[in-house]
Amino acid sequence: MPKPETNTKTLWVLGFVLLAVVLIMLPYLLSFSQQEILVLLMINVLLVSSYRLLTLTGEWSLAHAVIMGVGAYSSALAAKQLGLPVPVSMLMGAAAAGFLAFLLSFPLLRMKGFYFLIGSFAAGEIIRLTWKWSDLTFLFGGPKGIKRIPPFPDILSIDFYEPVNYYYLCLIVVAVSLLILYRVERSRIGLTFHAIHWQDKLAESVGVNTFRYRMLAFVISAFFAGLAGGLYAHYVGAVAPNRFDVEEMVYILIWAIVGGTATFYGPIIGVVALTILNEVILRSFGVDEMRPMFYGAILIISILFLPNGLGSLLPKIKEWFAGRRDKSAMAEQPAQ
Amino acid sequence: MTIELFLQTVVNATYAASYMALIAVGFVLIFGVMGVVNFAHGELYMAGAYTVVALYADQGFPFFLAVAVGLVFVGLLGLLMELALFQPLRDNPLGGLIASIGFLLILQTIAVLGFGVRMENVPPSTQDKLVLLDGAVLTYQRLYVIVAAVGLLTALWLFLRKSKFGWALRACAQDREAAVLQGMSINQTARLAMFIGAALAGVAGALTAPLVSPTPFMGHSVIVTAFIIIIVGGLGSLEGAVLVAILYAFVHTFVTTLYDGTLANIVGLLLMLAVLVVRPTGLFGAKERA
Repeated sequence: MPKPETNTKTLWVLGFVLLAVVLIMLPYLLSFSQQEILVLLMINVLLVSSYRLLTLTGEWSLAHAVIMGVGAYSSALAAKQLGLPVPVSMLMGAAAAGFLAFLLSFPLLRMKGFYFLIGSFAAGEIIRLTWKWSDLTFLFGGPKGIKRIPPFPDILSIDFYEPVNYYYLCLIVVAVSLLILYRVERSRIGLTFHAIHWQDKLAESVGVNTFRYRMLAFVISAFFAGLAGGLYAHYVGAVAPNRFDVEEMVYILIWAIVGGTATFYGPIIGVVALTILNEVILRSFGVDEMRPMFYGAILIISILFLPNGLGSLLPKIKEWFAGRRDKSAMAEQPAQ
Repeated sequence: MTIELFLQTVVNATYAASYMALIAVGFVLIFGVMGVVNFAHGELYMAGAYTVVALYADQGFPFFLAVAVGLVFVGLLGLLMELALFQPLRDNPLGGLIASIGFLLILQTIAVLGFGVRMENVPPSTQDKLVLLDGAVLTYQRLYVIVAAVGLLTALWLFLRKSKFGWALRACAQDREAAVLQGMSINQTARLAMFIGAALAGVAGALTAPLVSPTPFMGHSVIVTAFIIIIVGGLGSLEGAVLVAILYAFVHTFVTTLYDGTLANIVGLLLMLAVLVVRPTGLFGAKERA
């Protein structure tokens, strides 16, 4: 049946156009503080999507927040100490995060599952403690971190200090990054990641170098996490070791799990839904300190009752609608 | 390093080893029997400390009564975790870990809402102290921790070796499926392990409350320590956990005294990473679990 296929295609295109219009119009519907949150949300979308690429190979890392921090620190230092232009320093920060992942993959990718989880946690904490270490304060600023990071420069007299303009910058960077991540997943490389996740021995037996592919997933995911870190550092203007601690890592995990990592859009739904809930419910009721409890309860509820995440609801809804349409179509047919 | 400072550091390390061993043994017991990494273990320790804050520091009940209540209360918290989270998620390999992260956040928030984010000041229950030769000092407060650790861990060891329940626990830790095939109830054994593991963390928190100034976030450093000990000692090895707790406490305390605390933490984590790379089964682990 060729006709329904073209229909779904036009629907997809329409959906994307609609999404683009909404994303472009969005900042004008929001208050100033909501615009600032929107910028951070865009950065978190990139962060959690990059995290998903790593989970494709079946590994759950606890170093992702720190790797984002590596991008943030490197970009901040390159711009502040070396005086590089900020767009260049951001790319350098991302490259530094990717390079670090390359180095870390030699010890860490010898492990799997639980061991990888703990190993990545240890490696991340070592890096984070190095930033905190008093002997290196001259470089990383100790527990207080780096302040007065140069902001993104004006381009064509567009002031990127304004959240709206920075939001558009993030929108472009994140959209391009997501497109790349999506293409990687749909390529041969991405299929190999899936193969390694579900059948690593079989993949090896047909000649796949699993170590290299796992390293590739780790490095690509770290690169985009580092890019998210760069976007963050030059927006907020300060980075500190505690910004990238276990608690931040826990939030990345919660977004990914509540959204579900089975689909590309799952983690994005997770971070958007939780941010909206967080801002609308907790902030408007003035119970901000209940935030961890709220996240904890949502995490427990979703792992107990919706283990494949919010993303798994979408096909079900679609099925439900399709089922109703079929039924009504059947009902319309005259009984013979 | 003078002989006095050296002796004092040895005393401090012995105290640190005692509470670390209590925490790590509970953590290993839970992992061994159920295969669950209990991320909330540090917060169970915190709950024990806050029991003493509430009953002893705020309400003026006797210190040891508060410690006993802390032991039972945190044990029951562990039982609650098992019944509400770990049992329904038995088939989901990462489920227990993720659910325990959720539980950790809830416990932390309860502590923040009930007591505030600031450090609690718990007055010492006794001013007495032992003065060892060459002037090294061991306060009774710290001595209680050492005595409790030795006593409780010996009791646990006897329980695991001699009693029927203990045999079932060890059997489940060795091979869960074989234990079930022999007619042992995995759920009953898991409840027991969870109660004991949590209660050990609770009693460690309760006893150290006057010594560490409890905060709602004190669990963070504890869980890192527990990870280091469980990995270096070998997953599922109780004896390994005790030995490595002692080893790690001495290394950590000496590096802290001679250099600084951050470097001591880095050294501990590097040690763990090195063990993970060279010998992932740990120094005392028998074999790798599937």
